[in-house]
Amino acid sequence: MSPPSNNLKDIPIYAQAEEAYSVGNIRALLEEIAARLEKLDDNGETWMIDLNSLPFAPGEYEQLRQALGQGEISARIEAIGASEIIETHYPGVWWVTHYNVEGDTVADMIEIAWLPEIIKSQPEDVHAGLQRLKAQLNERGE
Amino acid sequence: MDHETLGYETLGECLAQQGISRRAFLKFCTAMATLMALPPGSAAAIAEALIKAKRPSVIWLSFQECTGCTESLTRSHTPTLESLIFDMISLDYHHTLQAASGYGAEKSREDAMQKFFGKYLLVVDGSVPVKDGGIYSTIAGRTNLDLLQEAAKGAAAIIAVGSCASFGGIPNAKPNPTGAVPVSELIKDKPIINISGCPPIPAVIAGVLAHYLTFGELPELDDLGRPKSFYGETIHDRCYRRPFYDQGKFAKSFDDEGARNGWCLFELGCKGPTTHNACATTKWNGGTSFPIESGHGCLGCSEPLFWDAGSFYTPLSAPTANIESIAAGSAVVGAGIAVALSVADRAKKRRAQQAHEKLTVKEL
Repeated sequence: MSPPSNNLKDIPIYAQAEEAYSVGNIRALLEEIAARLEKLDDNGETWMIDLNSLPFAPGEYEQLRQALGQGEISARIEAIGASEIIETHYPGVWWVTHYNVEGDTVADMIEIAWLPEIIKSQPEDVHAGLQRLKAQLNERGE
Repeated sequence: MDHETLGYETLGECLAQQGISRRAFLKFCTAMATLMALPPGSAAAIAEALIKAKRPSVIWLSFQECTGCTESLTRSHTPTLESLIFDMISLDYHHTLQAASGYGAEKSREDAMQKFFGKYLLVVDGSVPVKDGGIYSTIAGRTNLDLLQEAAKGAAAIIAVGSCASFGGIPNAKPNPTGAVPVSELIKDKPIINISGCPPIPAVIAGVLAHYLTFGELPELDDLGRPKSFYGETIHDRCYRRPFYDQGKFAKSFDDEGARNGWCLFELGCKGPTTHNACATTKWNGGTSFPIESGHGCLGCSEPLFWDAGSFYTPLSAPTANIESIAAGSAVVGAGIAVALSVADRAKKRRAQQAHEKLTVKEL
């Protein structure tokens, strides 16, 4: 056994190949997305994939980002922390990430839909907003 | 702080008071769905249930423990601890987190037990020493045993947080000088849910509380009293290194070519095949990584008697199984190996308990 080295330069450094940790998750996920997109296209059926529940190997998350790319729309919601919504390079495939007020990710998902549910105005909010608008009109008078 | 003081009873009223929009609440429920390992599309249904949910009183008792479980929960950010604790539950007693101290603290516990008798959730972290009348751990002059038995009487359910409360944990390890036992050995007439782990994953603690709030009952449990949604599969089943196991590619030391290539850590003592937990997907530190991703095998901390199950660095198969033949056959038999090893591990645990094996420097 050789004596232990005290010099950092003696420790070999290997550059990790881009695909070194791909264990097949990305291929499987893209297949699922394609199958679900086909259903949206055929009969409007929507779907969500919770990315936090998948056992990604190091680097695979970034590979998925690269594979899906970014399309025409990106939106930001401010509601108990930020939310980022990006339509990927494939229309109907949305990447939705929710953050809390501290900026930590609390949910990360792929949503396959014409429009992500969270973007739509909610009936309860529409109703409350209408009341506020009417109150403002009353205050203004004739 | 109780419901009347806060001026609301249900979460819906709480949100209305704070002017939180339905969209923001839906987002919160999406995070809750993720937390509870439910389909993300169930957020709307969760919202409907939660809006009517009453905040349960929670009494948290810390016994023979290291406070690691509380440390773990306070690092939870899914959702934030503040929203979980102050909006969704009424944490009426917790040594470490409450502002009150001394007689005031004990009075708040007694008041909550009286006011919410039969309805409060009792959370316990730490094992309970029973030797010599339980004198080895006392709070305000009373033994843990006494406090547990008193608080359990009025509890709707008990949540045993951490491996100490669930299975005895490290205090229970041989030679167990204090006679430490888990909650389930002392309380037989209440539903008990075990959230094991040393410490447990913070999101799992929060997820179980969220499940209770949403559905008004405890989640489905496995044969060791753990929620199936988090402990239903082994670390091995969900490990991203599993394909390497199936291919028979193993790291032989922590700095060899196999380790650098991210191959399976089975031969370095990884207890993933016999350990049920959600580390491989939920991960730690805000989803950063988990032990195997950091290059170290699983210690098996969420399983009973993990501390007495022999060295962390001895393969599960040794010495009752031949690792070479397992590696060669693994590609064919796949998951069956884990079952066989589970049996091997149980035998090994028995042996280790009898002999109280110790980790040696050489093994490191």
